[in-house]
Amino acid sequence: MKFSVSDKSIDVAAAKKSVADHHCGALAVFEGWIRDHNEGQQVERLEYEVYRPVAVKEGSKIIDEALLRFDVSHAMCIHREGLLELGECAVIVCVSSAHRDAAFDACRYIIDQTKVRLPIWKKEHYLSGVSEWVNCEHCASAGHTHGDHPDE
Amino acid sequence: MKVRVRYFALFRDQAGCGAESIEWDGGTAAELFRMMTDLHPGLKTETAALVAINDEMRDWETPVNNDDEVLFFPPVAGG
Repeated sequence: MKFSVSDKSIDVAAAKKSVADHHCGALAVFEGWIRDHNEGQQVERLEYEVYRPVAVKEGSKIIDEALLRFDVSHAMCIHREGLLELGECAVIVCVSSAHRDAAFDACRYIIDQTKVRLPIWKKEHYLSGVSEWVNCEHCASAGHTHGDHPDE
Repeated sequence: MKVRVRYFALFRDQAGCGAESIEWDGGTAAELFRMMTDLHPGLKTETAALVAINDEMRDWETPVNNDDEVLFFPPVAGG
């Protein structure tokens, strides 16, 4: 499965190995980790809600688009769901290609599209005891290039 | 016609329920959402909200058919 959702810790080594190929001289990996702060709030943990039927279908489309758009050999992405603690890996993208430029570009494309197209939501739990859904509306309209999110 | 509506994350909290079946005269997904905001005053329109019908992503002007399941997604925040 090129795109998958997991309720268990991501095995980073296994993810990287899944795109290994002797034809490829480059491996680009993006990992999104749970950060301890966001927009002035101290984050204690984070909860992902995923609507799997559409997320997996659309996520697989994104991988296929990357394989068509860039000169890469293999690409994959795993996104977590459920309650995650600080420092945990929430998402991983691995892309392998003959040369590095295409791998970097495809990796960026996959994580950017994942953030704006897939039915995935995160609720932040703050040290103050308050919890709230992270509204990523500004990401969708502005190309999500700001640095206010855990993996940026 | 009869349709099933599902809400996720923030929309579920605002609507006060995760799913419901409703009878209406028909129209687009956007018109259905507007009707649901009348039904649930806490439900707020979000410009970056997304919609799916029968597990396929659609645009807001897609007509809704009898027995469709319409999924209202608040602004997404993966990654």
